[in-house]
Amino acid sequence: MASRMENSERMGADKNVTNRTVTDAHSAGSGGSLESLHLNPDARGQETIGSPFVKRAKMSARDVNVFYGEKQAISNISLDIAQNEILAMIGPSGCGKSTFLRTLNRMNDIIPACRVEGKITLDGEDIYQKERDTVLLRARVGMVFQKPNPFPKSIYENVAYGPKIHGLAQNKATMDEIVESSLRRASLFDEVKDQLDKPGTGLSGGQQQRLCIARAIAVSPEIILMDEPCSALDPIATARIEELMNELKENYTIAIVTHSMQQAARVSQRTAYFHLGELIEVGETKEIFTLPQHQLTENYITGRFG
Amino acid sequence: MNSNEDYRTTALIQASLRKRYARERRFRLYGMLAVLAGFVFLFLLLADIIIKGTPAFTQHYIKVTVDFDRDSLGLPQNFTSEDLARADYGAVIKRSLREMFPDVSIRAEKRRLYRLISIGAEYSLRDMVVADPALVGKKRNIWLLAHSEASSYLKGQVAAATEEAERKVKDVQMRWLNALREEGRTELRFNTTFFLAGDSREPELAGIKAALVGSLYTLLVTFCLAFPIGVMAAIYLEEFAPRNRLTDLIEININNLAAVPSIVFGLLGLAVFINFFELPRSAPLVGGIVLALMTLPTIIITSRAAIQAVPPSIHEAALGVGASKLQTILHHVLPVAMPGILTGSIIGMAQALGETAPLLMIGMVAFIMEVPAGVTDPATVLPVQIFLWADSPERGFTEKTSAAIMVLMAFLIMMNAAAVYLRRRFERK
Ligand SMILES: Nc1ncnc2c1ncn2[C@@H]1O[C@H](COP(=O)(O)OP(=O)(O)OP(=O)(O)O)[C@@H](O)[C@H]1O
Ligand SMILES: [Mg+2]
Repeated sequence: MASRMENSERMGADKNVTNRTVTDAHSAGSGGSLESLHLNPDARGQETIGSPFVKRAKMSARDVNVFYGEKQAISNISLDIAQNEILAMIGPSGCGKSTFLRTLNRMNDIIPACRVEGKITLDGEDIYQKERDTVLLRARVGMVFQKPNPFPKSIYENVAYGPKIHGLAQNKATMDEIVESSLRRASLFDEVKDQLDKPGTGLSGGQQQRLCIARAIAVSPEIILMDEPCSALDPIATARIEELMNELKENYTIAIVTHSMQQAARVSQRTAYFHLGELIEVGETKEIFTLPQHQLTENYITGRFG
Repeated sequence: MNSNEDYRTTALIQASLRKRYARERRFRLYGMLAVLAGFVFLFLLLADIIIKGTPAFTQHYIKVTVDFDRDSLGLPQNFTSEDLARADYGAVIKRSLREMFPDVSIRAEKRRLYRLISIGAEYSLRDMVVADPALVGKKRNIWLLAHSEASSYLKGQVAAATEEAERKVKDVQMRWLNALREEGRTELRFNTTFFLAGDSREPELAGIKAALVGSLYTLLVTFCLAFPIGVMAAIYLEEFAPRNRLTDLIEININNLAAVPSIVFGLLGLAVFINFFELPRSAPLVGGIVLALMTLPTIIITSRAAIQAVPPSIHEAALGVGASKLQTILHHVLPVAMPGILTGSIIGMAQALGETAPLLMIGMVAFIMEVPAGVTDPATVLPVQIFLWADSPERGFTEKTSAAIMVLMAFLIMMNAAAVYLRRRFERK
């Protein structure tokens, strides 16, 4: 009950934030600040401000560089994700948030032109070691993609696929249970309970996104990477997903990319601000949003940019 | 910026609108004309084949009062069933015909009279008597298969106005046939022989079955080799092979192979499979292997295109929940690519079904009377049979040629229908 209250209070507060954002954007005027930011030489080659390292790191990245062919998408990023925390990643479009997120479960391996340098560990083990198994890694580090990508199969099969290949359900009844609870937690079950055998691709965009969330949590990964999971959702579904994240945090670790400052403020414990492939600032969410250290961070969260 | 400018923009768009719509209408018209032209040609072709081919599905029988006289049969007093099998049924038929037309006395005319009945009638009589030896010494009215020329006259395909010398059916034969028809001794029946027999020198005894079964075996071999190998190669090249100079070279070579004239594959088959590996000549096995080599590039190219067209997001989704590469391919990529793969395979198989040249090189042009019982028996295939019949001078084979084309097309339609059915099943999932 108390948390509900707190939530709604926060939402109210967020409205104010939104208003301020809008007014700020207006007062900033013709958008000249946007260009000046992109060209700002200070944004290149500097140390991350704040505290990228934590004591109980579930995953940690050290000096990670990612290249797409010749083009460098991420430079020298070091960042820890703590056990049972929600880490939010924010930053302007094209700054490398998705790219960084995808290095955490080696999803970039399937892009031939992509090259990853540096060291990333999960529970202290280097995930990029040659003999490391990507199948096991991806079962432990699940992912919800930026664009909803359900399998062209039935809703049931979409959710059941992961548990099936990993042998998580011994019989049909257990599987039904897993599917139902996953769909419930993604707050999709009530909408689709009568059409579980219908194709998942026939759902609306927002429903598809929730289906993908259900599919990801069905295999109970230790870490869930979410790339803008709420970009296609209405406020009600968004609130439910955020509730889910809060609930999942008890047992899991979550890294979420979001374009909504309010969402980052609501759900995360720590926030990382990316800019042009660099990690500019990282710290406690409260501090980042109230007392940003770096000019770029401040500009971004106050809406003078992005 | 102001409303004046808005108005001008609208006017400009409106002015261009009429032109754009006109262009669209014209484009649609061209498209419709193209489709129409295609249909007209197809219709003409089909109509021609069907008109020429349908008579082949019927043939005439003539009711002859057969006298199973023991002397004419050349049987001893106490005959065995072996004697019956060797008896002279031709003599019986000739005698019966002479009895029906007693005024025929000149030898040349007699020979013409005998030519009203097919020599196949002898074998059906023999079978009857062997089955029922009590017939010997009796007289029976029996429907005997007419000679193809007699049948063709009865079908109205012989113009009486042409010079007698230019006709196979002479005036006197016409008279006899007219007389038989008036007596109700002729009958048009469905031609079961055409579907149950192999090739023959006599048009009325020739059938398509040997070629049909030959085609079936050949295509079976082709499919069993080309489909799995082609799809595997496509999967490997798309999903596993590294991109380097070698795979580029392989790709170029596959594309080139698709353009190699089919007769080259026939020569290869002759040199490698028959001369070197000493596989049987004229057999569906070798024909199937040669056609498989020919269709492989088609299947590989279309399968690769179908696999490439699978959205990468499906890959990511499957890998993201921890599917292995093989699971991703088998569970997600292949089902989505399957309709495309099937379309490509069916195009390849249709090509193989219609292919003649390479099969001529490996001896599948033989005169095949027996229906092949396996992939190593001598056989021929439908297009080669069509080629052989089209080449025969007898007019009875002209209609057989068109009929064989109809059978070939029915085969093709059935193959396509199977592919469409499979595709539907995959698409519904
Ligand atoms: N597959 C790819 N091939 C080449 N370049 C890529 C590829 N994916 C991303 N990039 C480049 O890497 C940079 C970072 O992209 P990324 O998708 O990580 O941005 P993002 O922060 O997730 O942006 P958004 O908020 O719009 O999703 C971009 O400049 C983009 O052009
Ligand atoms: Mg992104």
